[in-house]
Amino acid sequence: MISKNIQLDEQGRLKHFISIEGFKRHHLISILDAAEPFANVQEQAVKKVPILRGKTIVNLFFEASTRTRTTFELAAKRLSADVLNINISTSATSKGESLLDMLHNLESMHCDMFIVRHNQSGAAHFIAQHVSPHISVINAGDGCHSHPSQAMLDMFTIRRHKKEFANLKVVIVGDLLHSRVGRSQIHALTTLGVSEVRVVGPKTLIPTGIESLGVHVYHNMQDAMFDADVIITLRLQKERMQGALLPSEDEYFRQYGLTEEKLAFAKPDAIVMHPGPINRGVEIASSIADGPQSVILEQVTNGIAIRMAVMTQTLGPGGNV
Amino acid sequence: MPESKYNHSAHQSNHPTISIINGRVIDPANKIDQLLDLHIQDGKILALGKKPEDFTAQKIIDAQQQIVCPGLVDLRVRLREPGYETKGTIASETRAAVAGGITSLCCPPDTDPIIDNTAMVKLIRLKAETEGFAKVFTLSALTQQLQGEKLSEMRELKDAGCVGTSNALHPVKNTLVMRRALEYAASHDITVFIQAFDPWLSDGCAHEGAVSTRLGLASIPDSAETIAIARDLELIELAGAKAHFCQLSSSRAIQLVQQAQESGLPVTADVTAHHLHLTEMDIGFFDSNCHVIPPLRTQRDKDALRQGLKSGIITSIVSDHQPHDSDAKLAPFAETEAGISGVETLLPLALKMLDEQQMSMIDVLSRLTAQPARILNIPEGTLNPGSDADICIFDPECYWRVDREKFFSQGKNTPFHGWELKGRVNYTLKSGEVVFSTSPESRD
Repeated sequence: MISKNIQLDEQGRLKHFISIEGFKRHHLISILDAAEPFANVQEQAVKKVPILRGKTIVNLFFEASTRTRTTFELAAKRLSADVLNINISTSATSKGESLLDMLHNLESMHCDMFIVRHNQSGAAHFIAQHVSPHISVINAGDGCHSHPSQAMLDMFTIRRHKKEFANLKVVIVGDLLHSRVGRSQIHALTTLGVSEVRVVGPKTLIPTGIESLGVHVYHNMQDAMFDADVIITLRLQKERMQGALLPSEDEYFRQYGLTEEKLAFAKPDAIVMHPGPINRGVEIASSIADGPQSVILEQVTNGIAIRMAVMTQTLGPGGNV
Repeated sequence: MPESKYNHSAHQSNHPTISIINGRVIDPANKIDQLLDLHIQDGKILALGKKPEDFTAQKIIDAQQQIVCPGLVDLRVRLREPGYETKGTIASETRAAVAGGITSLCCPPDTDPIIDNTAMVKLIRLKAETEGFAKVFTLSALTQQLQGEKLSEMRELKDAGCVGTSNALHPVKNTLVMRRALEYAASHDITVFIQAFDPWLSDGCAHEGAVSTRLGLASIPDSAETIAIARDLELIELAGAKAHFCQLSSSRAIQLVQQAQESGLPVTADVTAHHLHLTEMDIGFFDSNCHVIPPLRTQRDKDALRQGLKSGIITSIVSDHQPHDSDAKLAPFAETEAGISGVETLLPLALKMLDEQQMSMIDVLSRLTAQPARILNIPEGTLNPGSDADICIFDPECYWRVDREKFFSQGKNTPFHGWELKGRVNYTLKSGEVVFSTSPESRD
């Protein structure tokens, strides 16, 4: 049985931000709209706004991350919140302290928000169900499940370039099996009404039954790329190369790496995205990553605006979704 | 809910004579289903029907509007003792069992220490006799330390009282070892209980399909089950062994077992009560109470399990009781421990097959009594005059709401919390002794 969406409170206000699944189109549009002014704040000389002054935000990272943690930290600071970074390599939990004990310890330090990254699917959901009611939880990536702020910054980037979602053909390339980014993007794209979402990769990297999420599955790049408006390449974790999932990086690049030759099948104004960090020459050729159709660095910049928007909607005054 | 009382005092164990009157007696082993009185003397069933002339009942139980059937036989109950007493003890879990109408239960060998030596068999029996409420049977480890390498002394363990042998949740990877184990068991007429899953394909926590894909959970395809069953069926045939497949979970597994049965192999199978009622969808947003092994599969699989139960390919419904302390379920889904605390919901969940699957009461009860007793080759599970008076008396029309906090089991881990179920146990007798009752006067 599907339990109720715990991400919204009784007034329909954003309480937690854990997965795209469960939100309606207008919720997502509202977050995108809220991010627009912040995208402009960043270009001003004084980048700070006082919206979250007096709030304490904890970056609780159980898994290493540079980019995501940094953009969350910057977003919080630009909203004038106090930020605490806690990197919990598995050490603390391996000492026998349970996840819940650790959370309750942090709660007693009177924090307002946990930004959580964890290597287990469902971790953010679990934490949101067990923290005190005054705390909001933002999922910064849980296992292979969800990375909603990444998906929203991708949607923001797409909207800036393509205006309408409705008629787009979007291709997601690569390791869908292990990708929380890919899953969240699929939910966001289908919720926003994108007419055709395609996923492409070898069967070893495409999870069973992914069609049920509303996507078309391809195993051949040329077919998948045809007439596409947006191409999202996913990161291929190096450690995945060691199992029996793929024969080699070279073969992967030849079949699924984004090259000029393959990109030529897409629309001429197609944009190329990647959640980072990039493995050049594995998922994408350098000439594409640094080329005119790439919006990869823009994604990083937009990440700050989106995270400011999500934090404002959860902790800020007013701000119904 | 009426407060439950237990009779555990010394004067009770000297077996008062009892008459259970006005009940609908159902004894699937003897195909009896009629209004009869039942008379108990010296802990044994003396007679059904008319009271023998020289018999005087010291105690009368009025079972009007209730069903009187053999105490249930559950093929798989983890008591957690020895080794995991924070999750359950022989006392707590057998008490929960009798509250669910179960009077005989079978304990897999994966205790700590493992049941691969006769001292463990004796220890558990002794504990069960002194502290327990139900009859406890044990399965021996198929291989030493369940490591799948060397055979256990399964004959000696059989002589010590084990009713079968099993490698529990540790599949024997080495095909040669599995062949030898089956051959050796066959030599001594020992039934091998197989929990079939391919270890290489089972490194996950949810059924491979739409839900595991949506939630990003590591998955277990149904072929993990069918590959293991197919291999073991070949080996069973080669070895001439007798085997029982534990908790089938998929439609294709049932087909394999059906084919084997039709070709004459001596194989039986069971299903858990939860696989008859839940699917992968019940995981919802990471409900760890639905984390079980084998995983909950699709609606199609659930329907096939019900059909297989009805048609008799599957002859037994089990609880696969696995009580846990609350911490075991308080973690992200994949990090939680698998299993459901099931003895107290086994009967009502099985009874739902009457309305939902058009099974008859006697057929459902047969899969909870006579059939599992036959698989274990024990004399329990019947109301034959002369057999132990192990009896369950329940009201088949009584609705009650599952409240995990009221469980007798130490394990409150149930996905059925809040479900309204029909069928409530009012009395459980083990060898003529009232070991559970919802009635206050049963204390005297």
